[in-house]
Amino acid sequence: MLETELCGIKLKNPTMLAAGIMGSTASSLNWVYRCGAGAVITKSFSIQPNFGYKNPTTVEVSGGVINAIGLSNPGLETFKKELQSIDKGIPKLASIYGASPDEFAHLATSIEDMVDMIELNVSCPHAMGGCGAAIGQDPELTYKVVNAVKKSVSVPVVAKLTPNVTDLTEIAVNAQKGGADAITLINSLGPGLKIDIKTAKPILSNGFGGMSGPAIKPVALRCVFEVYAAVNVPIIGVGGISNYQDAVEFLYSGASAVQIGTAIMYNGPEIFAEICQGLEKFMIEHKFQNIDEMVGLAHV
Amino acid sequence: MHAPNVLEIKKIIEESETVKTLIFDWKMDGTENNPQPGQFMMVWNFEDEKPMSISLIDPIEEKIGISIKKVGDFTQQIHELEEGDQLGLRGPYGRGFEIKGSKILAIGGGIGMAPIASFVDHAQKRGVHVDVISASMTKNELLFVERMKKTGAHVLTCTDDGTCGFQGFATDRVEGLLKDSSYDMAVTCGPELMMKGIFDMVDTHHIPTQFSMERYMKCALGLCGQCCVDNEGWRICVEGPVFWSHELKMIKEFGKYHRDASGTRNYY
Repeated sequence: MLETELCGIKLKNPTMLAAGIMGSTASSLNWVYRCGAGAVITKSFSIQPNFGYKNPTTVEVSGGVINAIGLSNPGLETFKKELQSIDKGIPKLASIYGASPDEFAHLATSIEDMVDMIELNVSCPHAMGGCGAAIGQDPELTYKVVNAVKKSVSVPVVAKLTPNVTDLTEIAVNAQKGGADAITLINSLGPGLKIDIKTAKPILSNGFGGMSGPAIKPVALRCVFEVYAAVNVPIIGVGGISNYQDAVEFLYSGASAVQIGTAIMYNGPEIFAEICQGLEKFMIEHKFQNIDEMVGLAHV
Repeated sequence: MHAPNVLEIKKIIEESETVKTLIFDWKMDGTENNPQPGQFMMVWNFEDEKPMSISLIDPIEEKIGISIKKVGDFTQQIHELEEGDQLGLRGPYGRGFEIKGSKILAIGGGIGMAPIASFVDHAQKRGVHVDVISASMTKNELLFVERMKKTGAHVLTCTDDGTCGFQGFATDRVEGLLKDSSYDMAVTCGPELMMKGIFDMVDTHHIPTQFSMERYMKCALGLCGQCCVDNEGWRICVEGPVFWSHELKMIKEFGKYHRDASGTRNYY
């Protein structure tokens, strides 16, 4: 009943790990899949290794966490070995980031044989050097990056967008024009800030960090709703999903699948199985035969 | 709330030339706020944040201690602090040691003695007999020996250069003990290659043992994945840092490699 299809990829259920969470090694991705996720996504990686920001990189705030890890990763060549170690049969997405269309295309072509889909991180709110949201906040650059990747690979390409823009629809439409096969909404919100009042210092070493967790769910949900009405490609919803009711809201809003991240902090990777059990029960009670029947119902 | 709790350093104890214990007031309210031996804290010095073992847990006086060895910039900065200065602590985090049985062998190597010392306190208070091997390179670096003796634990010192107690590695000392004594279980913390040697020995003698692992940590919340270990993918910050032998058997990278801040493998 939970089985679904996204861009031609069969998923046992519509839940996926969100990029940046427990996704640095094949071992942790395999474990997350065993815990019930329908698909897994790597932490974003780049061509060269990156150490990221100094600690503290994460702090809890009301309604979630803010983080500025700084896109740390061991680089393309090392990450390829991790991709090869992911268990066979697991639907897997690689999340990649770069500073130019060429870098994105190079990364994508280097790993397309090892993954089922590629998610483009053009949305990290605290990346340096023209990466992340520096791209996703510019409609033209978003188009160019998506288009460069799309022309280079044959696997489905997903653009993960930032909510921190004036007109998200314009960006999403440009991603679609560039050839995106799906759109992931949203990356972390903000950035936000947390100050320690005894010392008057920002806690994160980077000062600002992207906000995730239950508090951003209403924003994420609105983004999905708004973009659903403007594009013709599937949307993957992410942002504060902590239980099956949240997942239902996202499906109704227009998401075809959902990603889960911060909730793992509260419930562990077992959260995937919990959400799937709840979702299946809900579908039976409401007489849904499949996920597709639920997608976009809030628009009717 | 997983945010640093900025606290005054109430007392500083110089344990050796390179190790200081910082004592803080810590509210013991019977919840998960109460640290367990083997758990760790994220220590924030307003520039950087690193995981450190809790070396002292005093629920009566409501105090905790963190013991820090001077090894780099961060720990050097902490060593320069004085009583009355402040540090941020968040935690306690992770899974600590358990007590099974009534006769336990505890082995600590170098600064790995920090969680072992709080475990020894805990076990002795519960009437469990503990033989402790406190191991270091040389006499001046032996940690917590007098403190542990006061609890009634049987403390055996072990130095690489023979300046105090047994001359040789902790693994050599353990081998001798296992031949002569029977233990219900063992706990250990120290350099990974030392623990690997102990792992092989206790496995042969069928003694259930808990090992405290160390990996590069960022969030300590189970989110970032930085401390996940091959091949099970377990997070050292949540599923660890303490693992039983049978669990450690499944951590294939144990004794072989660990990852740096980028995630690149560094082989031992």
